[in-house]
Amino acid sequence: MNQFLDMVLIGVSAASIYSLMAISMVLVWRSTRVVNFAQAGMALLSAYIGYELVARIGNFWIALPLAMILGAAFSAFIEFALMRTLLKHSSQGAIAAIAPIIATLGLLGLIRAMIGFIWGHADVQLEAPLSKVGFKFGETTIVMSPMSLFVLLFVITMMIIVSIIFQKTNIGLALRASAYAPEIAQLAGIRVSGIRTLGWAIAGAAGAAAGILQTVNGNGSLSPESLEFSLLLVFGFIAAVIGGLESLPGAVLGALILGLVLAFVQIYISGSLVFAVAFLLLLTVLIVRPQGFLGSKAGRRA
Amino acid sequence: MLKIESLTVAHGAIRAIDGISFSVEKGQLAAVIGSNGAGKTTLMRTLSGLKSAESGSATWLDHNLLHGKPERHVRQGVSHVSEGKSVIAQLTVEENLDLGALWRRNRNEAKATKDEVFNLFPRLAERRKQLSDTLSGGERQMLAIGRAYMSRPALLLLDEPSLGLAPLVIEQIFQSIRQIVVSMGVTVVLVEQNAMGALKIADYGVVLNLGRIAATGKASDLIADPAVRTAYLGF
Repeated sequence: MNQFLDMVLIGVSAASIYSLMAISMVLVWRSTRVVNFAQAGMALLSAYIGYELVARIGNFWIALPLAMILGAAFSAFIEFALMRTLLKHSSQGAIAAIAPIIATLGLLGLIRAMIGFIWGHADVQLEAPLSKVGFKFGETTIVMSPMSLFVLLFVITMMIIVSIIFQKTNIGLALRASAYAPEIAQLAGIRVSGIRTLGWAIAGAAGAAAGILQTVNGNGSLSPESLEFSLLLVFGFIAAVIGGLESLPGAVLGALILGLVLAFVQIYISGSLVFAVAFLLLLTVLIVRPQGFLGSKAGRRA
Repeated sequence: MLKIESLTVAHGAIRAIDGISFSVEKGQLAAVIGSNGAGKTTLMRTLSGLKSAESGSATWLDHNLLHGKPERHVRQGVSHVSEGKSVIAQLTVEENLDLGALWRRNRNEAKATKDEVFNLFPRLAERRKQLSDTLSGGERQMLAIGRAYMSRPALLLLDEPSLGLAPLVIEQIFQSIRQIVVSMGVTVVLVEQNAMGALKIADYGVVLNLGRIAATGKASDLIADPAVRTAYLGF
């Protein structure tokens, strides 16, 4: 029983961070039809910026939102300066499908190199602002700690804010319309290119939060070559695909499924199988339900 | 007045529109008819800023229609309903309508325009909370026209509103278009393959053939013209 509870808590905790990453991939995909591999680099950069801010102002609770704002600005800048030019100049033929992928991969390398240049290649430590010792109930200690509880509550709050923005506000309506049918949105008077940049900005903020929370919730160490961030990208992407790549609730659901399945494997089978099972899950979903759990075929209709 | 002069638009290597000139008076309904590939849709996409022209000019009042993106044209009173029921299936009826007025600063005026649309198409009011995916073909066309009207246009470009609809529904849609011209004072350019139906409600007609103008004139004159009748009206 205890093991089962641990599994659920570990799964949900991991899922909360995957879902932030998945949401940022979905937002970028919906607004520009680009799978942004540089997202891992952008999240890593934000974590480093968080580390720098904590070192300078000494307060994690101010550093977190500040790093998210900077992450949003950086992401918006990438869309504006790089992707927009790229899509304009290579919008036809085979290159149109490949160019954005190569560009985001190149950007990933560039960001990692830049981080190494600025902060050096030795590990730096971003300390957790809350205790990582699990809560105690009588004799038993559960795997949920104040830190991981904060992460979970933070992510849930973020999800609620994002869904209110998307469902209830004019900006949200413009974001959805531009994602589903850019031409019709344009004919309705929406400045679609500006809305695209905004989509990247929100994705940048979500990615920044994912990077920082993953670091403080994990062992706290950061390096330009960080494997954890590559895994975060892969798991975020898998979660997004499971959810349908188009849908924000789908991304959260995909992250939850992935988190729970991986926690199950880790606790009941073997930690070394986690990666293999993640890909097996991805393949199964792609074969059985290629549009994902919450992706609609209508979304791909003209 | 909508004034088009020696307009040429290329579609790849083909001249889809080849030096056409015509004009439409303010407050009139002009029907542009012609068979598949005549260049009707290309003409509309050029006027709304989706496609760029090779040469020539197109102006609405003082605005150069060959310059700037569609979102700029909308702000200058030119709305375009593109071919094939241009509604967003994943949004509700009301969201589709609101979309057309998002750019308008005055929210009260936008709300008043929405009431006008609901008056024109009561069906949309009944279904305002439904996803537009669940609408019938005719209702979708009403929604597409309603969405364009939400920008309170002075010039409305309609591309094949009758496409794929039953005759009775077409009749209804055409009557609503006529009403938009007569009671709301909007100038309309209506592109149609359903030539007879379009000419019947139009003031003015333009017949396009392979990117060139085959005939222009008062709609009633075109209906009476034996050459137009045999070639385009099918009797």
